[in-house]
Amino acid sequence: MSGDWSYRLREHKGTLLAFVAFVVMFTIYAANHPAGLNANVATTAANKGVLLAIVAMAQTLVVLTSGIDLSVGMVMVLANCLASSIVVGSPVQAALGVLAVLVVGLVCGAINGFIVIYGRLQPIVTTIATGAIFYGVALGLRPVPGGDVETTLADALTGQLPGGIPASLVVLLGLVLVVWLPFRRSVTGRAAYAVGSSEVAAYMSGVPIRRAKFVAYMLSGLLAALAGLFLTFITYTGEASAANGNTYTLYSIAAVVLGGVSLFGGSGSAVGAIFGAFMFRTIGDLLFVFNVEPLWQPLFQGIVLSAAVCLGAVRLLHVRNRLDLYG
Amino acid sequence: MSLFVIEGVSKRYGGVRALQDAGLAIEAGRIHAVLGENGAGKSTLIKIMAGVVAPDEGRMILDGAPVSFPSPAAANAAGIACIFQELSLIPDLTVADNIAISNPPRRFGLIDRGAQRRLAEQALARAGADNIHPLALVKDLSLSRRQMVEIAKALARKPRILILDEATSALTAADVTKIYGVLKRLRAEGLALVYISHRMHEITELADECTVFCNGRSVASYAAGTKTDNEVVEMMIGREYNAVFPPRTAHPASDATPMLAVRNLCWTDRLNDISLRVRAGEVIGLGGLDGQGQRELLLALFGVLRGTTGEVLIDGRPVTIAGPDFAKRKEIGMALIPEDRKTEGLMLPMSVRENLSFAALGRLSRWGVVSASAEREAVERIVRLLAVRTDGTDVPAGSLSGGNQQKLVIGKWLMLAPRILLLNDPTRGIDVGTKQEMYQLLRQLADEGAAILFYSTDYDELVGCCDRVLVMCDGAIGRELVGAEITERALVSSALNLGAQSTTRRVAQTVPT
Repeated sequence: MSGDWSYRLREHKGTLLAFVAFVVMFTIYAANHPAGLNANVATTAANKGVLLAIVAMAQTLVVLTSGIDLSVGMVMVLANCLASSIVVGSPVQAALGVLAVLVVGLVCGAINGFIVIYGRLQPIVTTIATGAIFYGVALGLRPVPGGDVETTLADALTGQLPGGIPASLVVLLGLVLVVWLPFRRSVTGRAAYAVGSSEVAAYMSGVPIRRAKFVAYMLSGLLAALAGLFLTFITYTGEASAANGNTYTLYSIAAVVLGGVSLFGGSGSAVGAIFGAFMFRTIGDLLFVFNVEPLWQPLFQGIVLSAAVCLGAVRLLHVRNRLDLYG
Repeated sequence: MSLFVIEGVSKRYGGVRALQDAGLAIEAGRIHAVLGENGAGKSTLIKIMAGVVAPDEGRMILDGAPVSFPSPAAANAAGIACIFQELSLIPDLTVADNIAISNPPRRFGLIDRGAQRRLAEQALARAGADNIHPLALVKDLSLSRRQMVEIAKALARKPRILILDEATSALTAADVTKIYGVLKRLRAEGLALVYISHRMHEITELADECTVFCNGRSVASYAAGTKTDNEVVEMMIGREYNAVFPPRTAHPASDATPMLAVRNLCWTDRLNDISLRVRAGEVIGLGGLDGQGQRELLLALFGVLRGTTGEVLIDGRPVTIAGPDFAKRKEIGMALIPEDRKTEGLMLPMSVRENLSFAALGRLSRWGVVSASAEREAVERIVRLLAVRTDGTDVPAGSLSGGNQQKLVIGKWLMLAPRILLLNDPTRGIDVGTKQEMYQLLRQLADEGAAILFYSTDYDELVGCCDRVLVMCDGAIGRELVGAEITERALVSSALNLGAQSTTRRVAQTVPT
């Protein structure tokens, strides 16, 4: 049928806008970088970007169901501390370690999901509380920074592939293909969108509401743990840093918003959130290449974020019944 | 043997009986119309059939075997699909996603978009809506188009029984015509259709059998065409009078400037050229079926709606009411008692005192500081005046009974001594005793010089309380009933638009050019 593309464009508008905005920003950055866009510059940028992008994907899954996960940063920190202890030794031991870290992430997500669904508590409160618990466990595992990680694996995933392509980008692509796309195309994933868009309508349509939410929280935990692993591969150490956890949680929300995912739920995509994360990182890098005082960085990131949120609110100008503004 | 039989079904919501010993028998290849007033129990019956609520008593028999539906999915699986009045579509998903949502076609465990697309196209074509693009987002569609998608969605489940609850109320004339054709074809294919509508001409056109509901009971079933419209209305009314209304004050016909006058008020397609006048001391009722624009009219007067056209005059002077804060100013003195006291009227966790003084804080404070003594005095005066049964004024509003909560909502506005009082179905879900107190209060306020505009879904109330009743239909005032003309019978037949030829005229007008 002709005209399909215009509907597809409409459906993926947020994601496409995020992509275009990122490409524009990154082009400006690359063109003004003193060393030009060489493989090392790209790899460093990619590693930083991918780390936030994975956390943003984790956040997206929960936000789509019109929840919010304030524990993603802490799950990442917990995974980081755990990985710095167990992803060591022989290849088999390291592999088992990776598996254990991922299982812990799944369990963290499952705990969140269980409390939110069956305890009927608000996601925001639940995940603040569980986030504190996860951080406490991380602190118990690693009271002082340290530890080690299997370096061959770490370097392979954070280094460059032949041709100078950052390996981390391939990892991210793999995650999109293996985690996000199947979720997006599954009945459960569709149910997650439905729940976020209109929970009553979803119920009336016989959609598996609880399963959708539970899977969203679990996958969120899994992805956050993957981010923790990746952080360990970049830094070679584990550190129970509350500041780090909180920063990533808040940045992940910023990335989700920049990536065109609606905080009301039901609309947007993890791919958008990935570009949102890249964009958020590029803002910082841009300030660096233009020699802006690092002190100004939060201010500019804040301005860009506010502008993005304002764009999202334009639709409110068309509301004809003022009560709808408060719905 | 009937395809589906419901017998002796009862359902209570708290103290309110929604259904009592109701029954219905549905045949394959027939269209069965269900009729009844607002709150007669039709919606509850459908919800039971669709597995949304569980009955307290009674049984359902499908194909001769007893069945029960613990969830909407279970009813679906049994072949019952329901098109609800409140749309069940998910706004952020595409039309195709929505049509396939209950059971999307899958390949290797993932949704097969190609197959889903074909399924959606077929369903849309069957619903006579093949001009809706399957990839369009539902939130971008008009209400009428969404309703067509809703019908396609129900058809995609290949139901044996299709229930349509006011399915045409949001449709444009062009879509209504299509739907008639579709429904007749489905009947010919052997589906059983249950059709709920307030529009008598639709029932005449479509129905094979009819069942009338009244006060939660199924009072009569008959073959279509064997009863006159008047007989049907009689059956729909048939309820006992149990409320006591205060005597009306005689109003000398006066040419005094009306306190509130409206000229040619319009808002989107929901309010259509409304003009009315309310004088001091008058109680004016708004009647008609649910959702004919009464709520929007009250909201428009209170300044909640954007983009209204027409004129509002207070004491003969034109004013533009920009919002509730403007409406409550002394020179206008308007108050709106909202429909949903729990979300729009009260802050349930806050205290009785805080709730009562909220709207009037400006008058109870000096330099922005609330005077505790003035507040206490005013609150206690209202609590006494309305006889609110509460354990002191510091308990949360949510701890009071429904009737007493409603008194708080009214009391909060009485603190401002409003001159113009707009009420949106204020007695819904409250007990008879409180209702009577409410009627006394309305009359007392009117006698003290207030102008009252009163929307109610309870026809008894309109008959008992109002000096005049404006019956609304499709966003316009269809008929005005004055004094002795206000009878339940007149209210019902004018709400159903019987006798007037305006229905057909309106349909003709809305055919798109």
